[in-house]
Order: sequence, then C-alpha cells, then structure tokens
Amino acid sequence: MSKELFLAALICYLTGTLGYLLYVVLQEEVLHRVARYILLFGFILHASGFVVSYIQTGFLPVSTFRNSLSFFALAIIGAYLLIQARFNLMILGSFVSPLASMFMIFAALTPQAALPASPLLKSLWLTVHVSFVFLGLGIFTVAFAAAIMYLIQERHLKRKRFSPLYRRLPSLDVLDAVNYYCLVSGFPLLTIGLIIGSIYAQMALGKYWRWDPKEVWSLSTWFFYAVLLHERLTVGWRGRRAAIMAVIGFAAILFTYMGVNHWLKGYHSFSGLQAIK
Amino acid sequence: MNIVLVGLNHKTAALALREKLNFNRDDIDAAYQGIISIPSLTEGIYISTCNRVELMATTEEPVRTVDGISKFLSNYHGVKLDEFTQSLYVYRDRDTVKHLFEVASSLDSMILGEPHILGQIKVAYRQAVAQGASGVILNRLLHKAFSVAKRVRTETGICSSAVSVSYAAVELAKKIFGQLKGKKALLVGAGEMAELAAEHLLSAGVAEITIANRTLQNAVTLAKRFHGQAASLSEIPTVLQRADIVITSTGAEGFVIGYDDVKGMMRQRKNRPIFFIDIAVPRDVEPSINTIGNVYVYDIDDLKGIIESNKSKREEEAIKACRIIDEEVLKFENWVKTLDVVPTIRGIKDKLEAIRKAELDRSQAVLKQLSPDQVQAINVLTESLVKKVLHDPVLYLKLNGHRQNRQARIDQVRKVFNLDREIVEQEIQIGEQDAEN
Repeated sequence: MSKELFLAALICYLTGTLGYLLYVVLQEEVLHRVARYILLFGFILHASGFVVSYIQTGFLPVSTFRNSLSFFALAIIGAYLLIQARFNLMILGSFVSPLASMFMIFAALTPQAALPASPLLKSLWLTVHVSFVFLGLGIFTVAFAAAIMYLIQERHLKRKRFSPLYRRLPSLDVLDAVNYYCLVSGFPLLTIGLIIGSIYAQMALGKYWRWDPKEVWSLSTWFFYAVLLHERLTVGWRGRRAAIMAVIGFAAILFTYMGVNHWLKGYHSFSGLQAIK
Repeated sequence: MNIVLVGLNHKTAALALREKLNFNRDDIDAAYQGIISIPSLTEGIYISTCNRVELMATTEEPVRTVDGISKFLSNYHGVKLDEFTQSLYVYRDRDTVKHLFEVASSLDSMILGEPHILGQIKVAYRQAVAQGASGVILNRLLHKAFSVAKRVRTETGICSSAVSVSYAAVELAKKIFGQLKGKKALLVGAGEMAELAAEHLLSAGVAEITIANRTLQNAVTLAKRFHGQAASLSEIPTVLQRADIVITSTGAEGFVIGYDDVKGMMRQRKNRPIFFIDIAVPRDVEPSINTIGNVYVYDIDDLKGIIESNKSKREEEAIKACRIIDEEVLKFENWVKTLDVVPTIRGIKDKLEAIRKAELDRSQAVLKQLSPDQVQAINVLTESLVKKVLHDPVLYLKLNGHRQNRQARIDQVRKVFNLDREIVEQEIQIGEQDAEN
C-alpha cells in the first residue's frame, strides 16, 4: 500500500493514542471525543490504502510481515470502533489504541520485503480468509484490553486499595460484558475465516489440511477459544477467570501470528509464501 | 451600606441551644414581621437548619442592626441574651459574603460537601422573597451564592466521594454490578445501619429486598416497610442463592455465613457476582470468603477506611473551593460598589459617549467631505443628543425615597443600560433555570 497513507494512518493512531492517554489523566471528555475522531480518520485512511492497493494489484497486500502487522492494527482499530459504538466505554480506547499503535510502529520499523507474486495469492477467497481471521483477532485484542481493565479493577475491589484508576474504570459487570461480547462476536469470524482458508487450500493446493505449523497453532488457538466460549455458556465462567483466559488467548494469538512465522517455517510463513508455485 | 450576618452553628453552639433558637417552619410570617422591624434594617433573611441559625441583613448602621438582631432572636424565641451571646458570631460586609458562599458550598457543614444545605438556603431565599424582606442586594447575593455553590461542585471534587457507610457501600456495589436496577438484596439482621443501607440501595434501584432475622416477627415488620419478603435464619442458604447484595448486621457471636456456604453455591449460581457488606461487630461473614472468585466481602472497617480516605480527599478539594470563593467575593464586592448614584451616572455617560464616538468614526468617510463648520455642528448635535437622553434616567436615579427603593432603581437602570454585562447574562440564566423548575 502507499507509503503516504500508511504514514498518515500511523500519525493519526499515535495522536489518537496520545489523546486517549491524556484523557485518562485529565478526564476531559472532549479529549476522548477528539481522539476517537482522529482514530476514525486514521482508520479510513488506512483502510483506503488497502483498498487502493487491492484495486491496483488484484489482491490484498498482506503477504509480507510488515503489511500484515499494519493490517492487524487496522483490524484492532476497526474492532474497537465497532465495540465502542456498542458499549460507549470511553476509557476502553485508552487501553486499545496503544496496542494498535504498537503494531503500527512495529510495522513501520519492519523493512518491506518483496511482494510474493504467485498467482495463487490473487484470489478473492484469500482476501476473505485473511479479512475474517484478522477481524476476529482484532476483536480478541479488544477482549484482551477489556480483560486487563477487568483484572485491574478486580484487584482494586478485592484488595480494597484504590488507585486513581479505580474511579476511571467502569464496573466489573460492564467489563465482563465487553469480554463476553468480544468472544461471542470474534469466535464466529475466526471460525469462518479458518474454514474459508481451508476450502481455498483444497481448491488451490489440493488439500484441506497440510499440518503446516501455522495451521496447527491456529487450530489450537481456535480450540482454546472454543473451550472458553463453551465454559462461559454452560458452566458460567466469568469475571476474573474469563479475563485471565482472554489474556492467555491473546498470548496464543501473538505466538501463532508472530512466533510461528519466525521460528517455525511453513507455507503460511511470509518467506514460505514466496515459495508457493 | 453594610451587609451584616449574625448567627450560630454546630461549631459554636450545642444542639440544645440550636434547637431553642431554631425558627419554626409554620411561623414564617411572624418571624419576618419581627425581622423587618429591626432598627435601621433595610433587607433581611434568615436561614434556619438543624446545624445553624443565621440572620443576614443590609443596613446603614451596622452596630445598631447587629444589636437589634440579637435582641430579636432573644425576644422571639424567649431565650435570655446571655444564654447565647457567647455562641454568636458576627460578620460584616466582605466576611458576610464569604461566609454565605462557604455555607452554600457546604464548606461550613458538619459533613464537608454534603449537598442538602444548598436546597435549604434556596427555600429560605424563596421565603424571604415571598415576605418582601429581601431586596436588590440580598437577592443578588443569594443568586450569586447559588452560582458559586454550583461552580464549587462542578470544578472541585468536594461532593464526589462517599463519606457515609451506606453511601460508600452503594458506590462499591455500583463498581461491581454497574447498574443496581433489578438486583436483589438480602438483609441478615435488622439493625439501624442495615436499614439505612437498604434505603440507599432501594433508591439506587435495587428491585427487591429479603430480610432474614432471628425473630421472624421483626423481619416481617421490616419487610412490610421495604415491600420485601421475610425469612428466618435457617432459610439463608436458599435466599443467599438468589441474592446479589447481602448486608449483615446480626448480634451473633460466630459467623452467620461461612466459607463453605458460599463456595458451595457459586457453581450453582453460575458465578454471578455477590457482594457482602458486613456491618456487624463481631463479624457475621467469614473474611476468607473474599478469596472466592466473583465474591466481594467488605466489613465495617473496610468501609470506614474508604470513608476516611474520601474525607481527606474532600479536605484537599475544599482548598480549591476556597480559592473560587475568594474570587467570587471580590466580584460581588465590586458590584456592590457600583450600586451608587454617582458611579451609575458616570457609567451611563461613558457608555453613551462611547456610542457617540463609535458612530462618528463609522461615518468618517462622509464627514471628511464636509467643511470644518459642518463637522463642528454635527459634533454639537450629537453631544446634545447624548445629554438629552441622559437627562431623565439621571433624574430618576436622583429621586429621593426609601433606601431599598433607591437601590432597586439603580439596579434597574444599570440593567437597562447593560452596565454590568456579566450580571445581566447571569440574570437571564437564573430566569431560565427558574422557568425550568
């Protein structure tokens, strides 16, 4: 995608994050509103960067590590904007936007590798696969942020020692509800994304499943969230335990996403993508 | 012109004395009859609450009026002067204004920052207006006091944290459950403090209250009052299952609710959070229950700890409030100074002259084409116009009459000519607020 749009989005995310962090300290509602508009603006620029690139080249430019980091950040901001619209939790942005900014900075620091040019990557199936998976991951990232907020607030209430954050954080009930909402909406997206990926693998490579490390780890992560969802719905897991699981789940996502690329090789890793014929 | 205040409050007088000097709510007419006839008093208003009795007045002879107020208090309430002169405080002018602002902002209250006093002053003010006892100065002073109190409340955190046990409990509950609407409370034991907490919970939206007590009869009586249900102590395990907030206050020696009772039921209630408020001494709820997930236990010491830290927070905020008050006192003093004939006439003259100059300047382009004689003629013409316009208002201002009427006239004229822009804006605001109420 174009350097200019990427840079503009990066600047928007960083200023938005600054606004959100100032909001925590100063408690001026206007800061939150402005920060959200800046994020929204950055999101639009960022997304149009991907769209333009898609139109020009015929495929979504997520086949390099740098681009996929940037796409991850886009998914986080998108997921946040959706959930913010649903819950109107001002302080959530103060926890989510730094995460998205970190992905963006990481992307900016990663050198751009040559785009793999395999015609197999020029497929709508692949675009849908990647979009669904990342939107799911973005929502799980918001769940992670809400879980961290929950754990901080729960610590206040259990230890009976109150830091200035106590007043600023919402009630446990609301934070748990965000967590639940993220799980229920993120899980189907991830599931659809994985299924589409496997169908496309069958069509393009002749096999649904190739025991590629990324596939194995993705499925493990998926199972982890499936168990969490099941326990929530049947046994009534909630609160602290659900929050800790959301944190562990996020760690698993990070490992599946980054660790597998770097330590374990497979056709899903970015260097592996080059080799697909 | 002076503003004086004579009064006593919870810091200077014991409750017994305050009760004796308290004004009866049914005798407002008689009280104001007496106040209006205090020697050399121009305007007057009294504020009487359980924590204070204060009488404020404007006067030309402060010493005589202060004396008159003490005598009036003594005669009206039938209490000998030397019984309460020790407890009286007297403020004049700037100190009166400051004191009133502090009272309205709840800086002088027994519980710093409690919000009721402002409402009480508003009631007192309406009574004084209805009785025709307050005039331009006290009206403005009271309005100003309301807006200062509002400023203090919004700009400082003086009212923002709980300083009573039951309110602190409600605040904690809100941080756990978010909304209390539809939540179910269980009262174990029926102490006075538990009742108070239950009232707070109900007004915060709690849907139903169950009361469990050793003597079922008491539980039934209390349940009627709160439109709740009664239960015996043996039913606690069952009712606990449904409760979200539990307040315990029994006189029992051992724990009424033990670790295993709660641990055992959490799975069944699908880990719905439960909040125990244990205000009994010795404690009713086993403290280790707090370690169970989604269960929160606060005992009376925990709540008191929160209250203490909130109180010290309020004291810090009070310092900020004092700064606001000093600022507003200064503004009010400046306004009072203008409330005289001479500065008002000068104000109108300056304003008209400014308008005249501004209009001449605007016509500069046309005036340039005229001869010096013609320009001179226009100057004279406009000057005499200004003088003519000024003539009647000045006569009106200089009319002799009762002091209070004269101040009202000055105030009127100042408003008509919009000499104190901020004040007119404020009046408009207050007018709108009154219309809303």
